[in-house]
Amino acid sequence: MAAFGGLAAASVLAAPLIGTTAISLRRVFDGSVPFADNVDAQIFLIARLPRALAGALVGATLAAAGVVFQALLRNPLATPFTLGVSAGSALGAMLAITFRLHLSLWGVSAVTAASFIGSLGAVAIVYAMARARHQGFSTNILLLAGVTLNAFFSALILFVQYLADSAEALRTVRWLMGDLDVAGYAPLVAALPLCAAAFVAFAWLPRPLNLLSLDADAAASRGVDVLRVQRVAFFSASMATGAAVSLGGPIGFIGIIVPHLVRLMVGADHRVVLPASALFGAAFLVAADVVARTVMAPVELPVGIITALIGGPFFLWLLIRQR
Amino acid sequence: MTLGFRDSGFGIGSVALTAALLAVLMRPAVGAPGLQPRGDGPQAGAAPRRIVSLVPSATEMLFAMGAGPRVAAVSSYDRFPPEVERLPRVGALVDPDVERILSLRPDLVVAYASQTDLIAQLTRARIAVYPYRHGSLADITAGMRDLGARIGMAAGAARAAAEIERGLAGVRASAAGRPRPRTLLVIGREPQSLRAISVSGGFGFLHDLLELAGGDNVFGGVERESMMVATETILAAGPDVILELHYSDRASRAAETLERDAWKLLPGVPAVRNGRIHLLYGGELVVPGPRVVLTARAFARALHGP
Repeated sequence: MAAFGGLAAASVLAAPLIGTTAISLRRVFDGSVPFADNVDAQIFLIARLPRALAGALVGATLAAAGVVFQALLRNPLATPFTLGVSAGSALGAMLAITFRLHLSLWGVSAVTAASFIGSLGAVAIVYAMARARHQGFSTNILLLAGVTLNAFFSALILFVQYLADSAEALRTVRWLMGDLDVAGYAPLVAALPLCAAAFVAFAWLPRPLNLLSLDADAAASRGVDVLRVQRVAFFSASMATGAAVSLGGPIGFIGIIVPHLVRLMVGADHRVVLPASALFGAAFLVAADVVARTVMAPVELPVGIITALIGGPFFLWLLIRQR
Repeated sequence: MTLGFRDSGFGIGSVALTAALLAVLMRPAVGAPGLQPRGDGPQAGAAPRRIVSLVPSATEMLFAMGAGPRVAAVSSYDRFPPEVERLPRVGALVDPDVERILSLRPDLVVAYASQTDLIAQLTRARIAVYPYRHGSLADITAGMRDLGARIGMAAGAARAAAEIERGLAGVRASAAGRPRPRTLLVIGREPQSLRAISVSGGFGFLHDLLELAGGDNVFGGVERESMMVATETILAAGPDVILELHYSDRASRAAETLERDAWKLLPGVPAVRNGRIHLLYGGELVVPGPRVVLTARAFARALHGP
């Protein structure tokens, strides 16, 4: 665990030092130069540091949510996006971009706010579905509702994009590829409380998830309030995913490759897998974002492309290996 | 149970992919102009009387050369000249309404060269097509002359093209000898924040107009028409002037102030420090047609003052 922690800390500390522009750390922290004139300090503190922090927050959240969803749905191929949260989020963002919502509150743009509202809508629909057909909380229906909602929202997204002007259509596409250049701390501050609340829930989840991932009945017989665990897992992981996606876009594959890689290294105990995945997810996304912003500079490569390029082949390998 | 994965992880991915393809197809709509001189269809030679234009900049060219009365229908994106408001709409780049086009019995359709399916269908229906392709600023007047020759209005086209060239030459002359500020040409970003900033690279009619109007594009060395850049890259580039294009009509003063204030996040950029951020509004900014002269003048005013 210390190794994972060290890796995450090292990535967040190192990332702001790496970039296409050479900056001098001495100048960054040189108090005698006014901040407005200190370009090195601005590159470090406005452009790079919030970006690294956003990468860490989004990466940790998506990876941890991936672990929780895989346990909740008892499906090793579940991701934070399986239940339609990200599709709802994307639909919200597409609507805000296409219909040019120009509001912003406390430095959080309409696109970010709309995408979070969209994710809440998806969570509410999926949850209502899972409750409606079943006395308890059916993970099968959850899965089916999520998959259907994903497909339906994807169709709506295409429809909205079709209505958009070409300039807007391009922006929507770019949003879907993920972007951690959050430009300042306001979007981070907005996403942080939700992610923090989710992590408090995650801290309580590992033991019940261990029992649940074996068998719901067996877990119940050992005194686990199955319904409560499922509900906490569903809402905390969904909200955190919504917050992460509204901050950085639907960055793919983090929520699936990181948990599996971590399991290969530390085994299946959620008390280790969950925190280790969060830390490793943070380090992985921060590193992927460093690649995204340097490899084609000055052109910015969407970070979702990097994670997909690494994640896609890994996913296939995982599938073959599982048989 | 693998149900979860098939449609989930990749749901968004496939949307993104489809959308990316759409975007690639649509790029020309905002891109650089120019008409490729190869307009031979089945009926080449006869002077067309009923022209359908799917390309807004070509529509504007037709009106500018005096062929407006011959335009029978336009695309759903056409806004100029005001006469187009009365004309039927027949779709656009990704959604041309073939039935509607055929029912209008055109004798020439100006289409994007990338609309290969449409062109094949029209050719089968023995309707002549003028394929439109993209290029630089210079291609606008060249394409205009070519289009004029194709429809038997060479003289009108030459006159209108010469007028554009005179207008552009005037802007170039007015900028000559003036200092050339290093300029960031922003063509899109998220409203009221500095996220997803897309700028002009060193290719396309907007870049050409900026250079002509007396600005040095800070990303002129990048062989791309448009690109996303990070805030770090903008801080490092340190432009003296920021020109930001908004394709909508003029915004309220309050909204404009909000948009300008978004840049205050980067006080190290000379343009921000010195208040040299110019927001330009207007549908003509996106159309590589006869109104580029207006855009060139607006650029020059922003760069050098009135």
